[in-house]
Amino acid sequence: MGNEDMENVVIAGSGPAGLTAAIYTARSGLNPLVLEGFVPGGQLIVSPEVENYPGFPEPISGMELMDRFRKQAEQFGARFKMEVIENVKIGNDLFELDTGIGRIETKTLIIATGAEAKRLDIPTEPKFYGKGVSGCATCDGAFFRDKEIMVVGGGNTAIQDAVFLTRFASKVTIVHRRDYFRAAPAEMEKAKSNPKIEWLIPWVVEEIIGDNTVTGAVLKNRETGEIQQIHCSGIFVAIGHDPKSEAFKELVETDKNGFILAEAGSTRTSTPGVFACGDVCDPVYKQAVVAAGHGCMAAIDLEQYIYIHRRK
Amino acid sequence: MLNTNLKHLETEQEVKEVLEKNENVMICCGRMGPMCVPVFRVMEDLERSYPHVTFRDQDFDISAADIIRNLPDCALFMGLPFTVYFKNGKVVAATSSIQNKDQVMEVLDREFGKQS
Repeated sequence: MGNEDMENVVIAGSGPAGLTAAIYTARSGLNPLVLEGFVPGGQLIVSPEVENYPGFPEPISGMELMDRFRKQAEQFGARFKMEVIENVKIGNDLFELDTGIGRIETKTLIIATGAEAKRLDIPTEPKFYGKGVSGCATCDGAFFRDKEIMVVGGGNTAIQDAVFLTRFASKVTIVHRRDYFRAAPAEMEKAKSNPKIEWLIPWVVEEIIGDNTVTGAVLKNRETGEIQQIHCSGIFVAIGHDPKSEAFKELVETDKNGFILAEAGSTRTSTPGVFACGDVCDPVYKQAVVAAGHGCMAAIDLEQYIYIHRRK
Repeated sequence: MLNTNLKHLETEQEVKEVLEKNENVMICCGRMGPMCVPVFRVMEDLERSYPHVTFRDQDFDISAADIIRNLPDCALFMGLPFTVYFKNGKVVAATSSIQNKDQVMEVLDREFGKQS
């Protein structure tokens, strides 16, 4: 390990997990390099308001929260590159990371790449992306002033998006495939008390209608099979996320859904020296505060690995 | 304010000049948000491979962005960023919302010729 260019630790991802790992490893003097990916801050930056992150009694935007994480990591010496790992090769006591832009050698790797938003996966969806279909309420909500909007999904993101979009829209219809919601009760209460929000459950989107832009959607009732067409100018999709683990499938074990598997009670993966944290290995909780805690665990597991490795 | 490695277009005069002085121009007009940043990064990545194309970005919220925002080709757009491709000052293609590298390259190759 005499290569001076070799990194001690590379952290792939810059959401709550990756940046917490960066804070801890930087503070331990490991001089981490964070590969931020093409969307620095991860999924949280599309959240208009975060109300449940401890230490913030007033709501804070996801963008600002992640900016604070980043500044804190930077203060301790973490370095950042806007690159994405495309491929990893295992070398002799090192990992070679191919980012498409260059190659990076590192002794250890923390995978905190998070998850990416699922799409509806219906044939007309791509045609209308940017012309009525969106995955980001904070980015595109203002284009739908005084228009009718549909939000698809039943988790926190969908319900928060629906409430946020009532700032612009004349009406927001939440379409959800189940007859129960995964969103937190506090979020549900806000939505239920909002007079601009209507509910369609258990319905699914069968087709998006429009010529140049979205004018409506065909919905199907999952219980009765009934079909109905509703008018809307915008469709915001918030139906969950898939783990971003594709580049690491040859490197570490994953489950059938692509979540990276770690040893119980730790962040150690099937490959020594590689640690995973946050939503890329969390099919259950998917919360910023959990991801942050997980990032801390990864940093501590990694420090222990390096300590043991040095002693050998 | 855009935090990218691309040259920014901050005034209407700069927009006009870049279109007058360059045959092939790609302008991405957006914000530092999750739909726009990936397109900016793709442009940064492709800038060296397409020396015959001038790549610029622009903050969606400044007044100089009126030129892009008010283009007839963008009239139906409802998603950031607005990405517009110009040949000899005329719009030859425009896209709305997030685009990946393959989608951007498809337009660049089709309208301006393949990368060197």
